[in-house]
Amino acid sequence: MTKDLLKVTDLKQYFPIKGGMLGRTVNHVKAVDGVSFTVKEGETVSIVGESGCGKSTTGRAILRLDDPTSGEVEFDGEDLLGLSKKEMRKRRKDLQIIFQDPYASINPRQTVRQILEEALEIQNTVPKKDRPDKIAELMETVGLGAHQADRFPHEFSGGQRQRIGIARALSVDPKLIVADEAVSALDVSIQAQVINLMKRLQREFSLTYLFIAHDLGVVRHISDRVIVMYLGKIVEMGDKKSIFDNPHHPYTKALLSAIPVPDPAPEKKEERVFLKGDVPSPIDPPQGCRFHTRCPFATEKCKVETPELRPEDTMEEGHVAACHYMKEIIDGTHKPQQ
Amino acid sequence: MREEINESAAQAKAAPNPRIVKIKNFWKKLTSSKSAVIGGILIILFVLIAFIGPYFTPYSPFDTDTSNRLVGPSMEHWFGTDNYGRDIFSRIIHGMSITLYVGFFSVFIGMTVGVLFGIVSGYYGGKVDTVIMRFMDILLAFPGILLALAIVAVLGSSLENVIIAVGIFSVPVFARIVRGSTLAVKKLEYIDAVKALGATDGRIIFKHILPNVASPIIVQATLSIATSILSASGLSFIGMGAQPPIPEWGAMLSDGRNYMYDATHIATIPGLAIVVVVLAFNLFGDGLRDALDPKMKN
Repeated sequence: MTKDLLKVTDLKQYFPIKGGMLGRTVNHVKAVDGVSFTVKEGETVSIVGESGCGKSTTGRAILRLDDPTSGEVEFDGEDLLGLSKKEMRKRRKDLQIIFQDPYASINPRQTVRQILEEALEIQNTVPKKDRPDKIAELMETVGLGAHQADRFPHEFSGGQRQRIGIARALSVDPKLIVADEAVSALDVSIQAQVINLMKRLQREFSLTYLFIAHDLGVVRHISDRVIVMYLGKIVEMGDKKSIFDNPHHPYTKALLSAIPVPDPAPEKKEERVFLKGDVPSPIDPPQGCRFHTRCPFATEKCKVETPELRPEDTMEEGHVAACHYMKEIIDGTHKPQQ
Repeated sequence: MREEINESAAQAKAAPNPRIVKIKNFWKKLTSSKSAVIGGILIILFVLIAFIGPYFTPYSPFDTDTSNRLVGPSMEHWFGTDNYGRDIFSRIIHGMSITLYVGFFSVFIGMTVGVLFGIVSGYYGGKVDTVIMRFMDILLAFPGILLALAIVAVLGSSLENVIIAVGIFSVPVFARIVRGSTLAVKKLEYIDAVKALGATDGRIIFKHILPNVASPIIVQATLSIATSILSASGLSFIGMGAQPPIPEWGAMLSDGRNYMYDATHIATIPGLAIVVVVLAFNLFGDGLRDALDPKMKN
């Protein structure tokens, strides 16, 4: 059960910015800049971060929906980026994606049956005569009625549409599902239903999830491990418990302090960390530590030296963060700079 | 029992086939526009005339009658006769099928090639896009009729070559429209979803993009038929298209030019026929555009 299913090494995704009269590449948006992590079979790993930090781009690059600029994506022992287009099409059976917007992610001109049938037809996993049964089975698996198969997407609610998206992803029996903000467009009660559905499916089909989200409450509920990204880089990653209870990176702390607390009694509430300013542009990211422009603890060193991900004595195993002053901040010896 | 009835009634109400609803809405919108109705009825009429008209003409379109030259409209010859004494009414009726044939086929050529270029260009982007679209820009830079003239000059003057020429000059219009729509559609998440399932580019293009860019194509095709008919007549008028004695309206108009002072009707009637057909397609195209996509007004 602890086999590495997905291994991402130094993944980079630069989008060219065209300009000038001849449409030359004048610069790059460094959406993902050297990201490495592994996902073990059967676990749920969440990637969190602000808008534009590169979390969705990472997910899309892994699936080769956009071909990454460089890096390695090893899935089940095979390098996905080295595969030809044709080989990749076959391999796609094992990696599926669930999208954020349940209204944009299904073709409005197809009935649910056509959508699922097409999925089965593309990968040809189920013989033609068994497809109607498989479709009915899929519909029931995701909590829809088999009799609803001949309806069009606009006859369903947002939550139901998301279930259709999940059924489509499940139809090819994938091993890994990338859930790209899969519940952020739904309202809270529906979110809970869909998340519980996803958890149940994970148990039933031994799925592995790469869960991309910005809602930390959801992440806390579903994840085994958490990756925190800022401006195209990983700033901290580790077990959920370790990250949530014992964050080391100032950015993670700020992010976590933004979670609303159910009991806002003053003695229970931790101090809210406010960040100043906006996320810098990924076209020209800050030198040194990318977070230094907004970090209350930043020093001259942070502006020059790029911190590497490293463990610290105060962390649990498997927990790493990229900050020069992790220990000092925990000790209280390094105070916020003025 | 009562509940059962209620339930089935509710079900019947809840499950109208959305496709039928969509078509009904479209039909309602289309028929609410007067110009579309007039244009549509005229087009149906023209198609009927083109198919069955030639069986009912009083004279052959080719028979000359030197004793009845340049006769004005009368009971015997409704639209009069031309300089060889041929019955203009019969010639107009026979010319209808030629006109529609030229219009439909040239647009078919232009549409097929243009849509293919546009979709490939929009879907693949990058260098393919640049090369195709710059080539389209070159075609667009020529005034349409001049380009068609050049093509006919190369291919030789005949009706078939006119169809090809007019078809080629409507290629860039389709390519541009389709490329734009493709760019918008390919960004939608459901395209990524089928891609993630492992669909080939061909499947994505033909099954998912094409049906979603169909409405602007249909509208443009209708409007292009009008333009194509006009251009083809223009080419025949200057002698590059249909050769005599084919009853092509542009050529008839050209023949009548020499008798403008003695027998005005020889030139006027084919001219009017062209105007009416072009107008019908334009009216219908405008109505179609409003019904299919009100946002598309340009």
